[in-house]
Amino acid sequence: MDVQIHRGNVLQNTATMAYRNLLKTIHNPDQLMDVVIQPVLFMLMFGYLFGGAIAGGVKAYLPTIVPGILIQTMLSAASGSGAQIREDLDSGVFDRFKSLPMARIAPLAGQLFADSLRLLIAAITSLTTGYLMGWRPGVGLGWVVAIGLLAIFMGWVLSWVFALLGLLAKSAAAVQSVSLMTMLVLSFMSNAFVPMKALTKPLQFIARLNPVTYVITAIRQILATGSWTHEAWVVLVFGLVIVAIFAPLTVWAYDRN
Amino acid sequence: MTTQNAIEVSHLIKKFGEKVAVNDISFKVRQGEVFGLLGPNGAGKTTTLRMITTLLKADSGQVKIFGHDAAKEGRLARSMFGLTGQYASVDEDLSARQNLMIFSRLNGLSRQAAKERTTELLTEFSLDNSADKPLKAFSGGMRRRLDLAVSLITRPALIFLDEPTTGLDPRTRSQMWDTIRKLVDQGSTIILTTQYLDEADQLADNLAIIDHGQVVKMGTPAELKEQLGGPRVTFTLSQTSQVAAAERLLATQVAGDVQEEGPDLSVSLGQVAQLATLLATLNDAQIGISHLAVQEPSLDDVFMSLTVGKN
Ligand SMILES: Nc1ncnc2c1ncn2[C@@H]1O[C@H](COP(=O)(O)OP(=O)(O)O)[C@@H](O)[C@H]1O
Ligand SMILES: [Mg+2]
Repeated sequence: MDVQIHRGNVLQNTATMAYRNLLKTIHNPDQLMDVVIQPVLFMLMFGYLFGGAIAGGVKAYLPTIVPGILIQTMLSAASGSGAQIREDLDSGVFDRFKSLPMARIAPLAGQLFADSLRLLIAAITSLTTGYLMGWRPGVGLGWVVAIGLLAIFMGWVLSWVFALLGLLAKSAAAVQSVSLMTMLVLSFMSNAFVPMKALTKPLQFIARLNPVTYVITAIRQILATGSWTHEAWVVLVFGLVIVAIFAPLTVWAYDRN
Repeated sequence: MTTQNAIEVSHLIKKFGEKVAVNDISFKVRQGEVFGLLGPNGAGKTTTLRMITTLLKADSGQVKIFGHDAAKEGRLARSMFGLTGQYASVDEDLSARQNLMIFSRLNGLSRQAAKERTTELLTEFSLDNSADKPLKAFSGGMRRRLDLAVSLITRPALIFLDEPTTGLDPRTRSQMWDTIRKLVDQGSTIILTTQYLDEADQLADNLAIIDHGQVVKMGTPAELKEQLGGPRVTFTLSQTSQVAAAERLLATQVAGDVQEEGPDLSVSLGQVAQLATLLATLNDAQIGISHLAVQEPSLDDVFMSLTVGKN
């Protein structure tokens, strides 16, 4: 008896790889610790530590910090992609993937799709923690979902960048430390935790160059006005441009491995 | 027309920086045979297999799999073989069943076909009872079996096994040998690498001995052994004072050298029957023998004489 073989297409191979990555996460739920614990911890720490000093109270600080920590969590969740890809590449399993007659891009694409789950969990945790601490956005639930999706989209965009990093790096540990540093610099050198006005002039200059600032501003505007603002469009287009640039680069680096 | 070769490797070269890992290796593997790549650790076996199986790009040289250039028709070539790497290439975090399911799907089987094949392979490789346990709980032998099962999903006609029994206990090792023989009976062509001479001797129809990235010898196990001459016989003399006399006598009777070590004298025989003459000669000269040992030449001897002291 011969085994019936259909030449798998890219979509089906990618779906299988995404399923594999989800199964891995289910078997190792501790991989989700960072995206669950980090936003809760940061929200509580920043809220209660700096709320009074920066905004005169926790409640008044929440509209600033909820979008800030939401995006910081996305950054951190996305940076995990790079380390994960590097680890996979260095393991024997990867040789097996490469020796199969499947679409070569499927392992990479599957990883990036499965990572959306991490991003989703991270977004829900961040927003829920904010709500429990008393954050009450003045716009409808629809807009909250919209900013959640925008944040997840930006996280996904960044996971392509971090994936490239993972592919170019020598080891998973190297990816991790570079990712952590990038994450810290990008989130703190922005308006995520402190209003732009409160920053010193040189810091303001850096923050204005930082794309994270624009994403957070866009989210705050949507939450304040209940409308899809000009800034939100800019962020969306910017995200698409990043993917258009980094996806081919990432695929190239992946093929080279 | 001659039957097509399963594999034709010509002039493969791979350098890692300054280090030449594979230095101009060529060989052919006929359909249905077991071809062994035998060599010490670091000889270049894995690198050679990785190039043949398209995992690694060769610096130069050509690989043909069933007549197809592996570099130009990679995906087609990959659909014709199964590979079990040196290090377990299954997903540690998943169960045996999940591994088989996912790799079946990635191999292009439909969901239903994947399910059936998974059940079949779990039974065939005696993994039923632990099918749903995470691999972390698996023994080395179970992991190897699963690894092999995954390579056999599509019943490939050509199977690569990189050191299939390294690190296994003797019982699991002979089970693996049985499994490999069963595959051969089913008509598969197998390329295996090994550091173990007895394994090559037991399984391989043809052998290439590799050292420092080069083929140092090629042939059947029997041919390689033949080059070492016939069986070797060692006499232990009762009296060391007679060693010199005995050595002179033996030298007149045999073609090769007489080796001397303390009271032991050993010579290579053209054939076993020669032993009777040697014993008679020594007896006539009143030379007493306290011990006698006859040894068939082993691949070990071939191997040692070819690769000694280099690695
Ligand atoms: N990726 C690599 N980078 C650098 N050197 C390598 C690499 N892979 C193998 N080598 C070197 O090439 C030689 C052959 O290795 P290998 O093919 O793994 O040998 P074997 O499988 O026979 O033990 C060794 O000296 C090894 O150190
Ligand atoms: Mg090896």
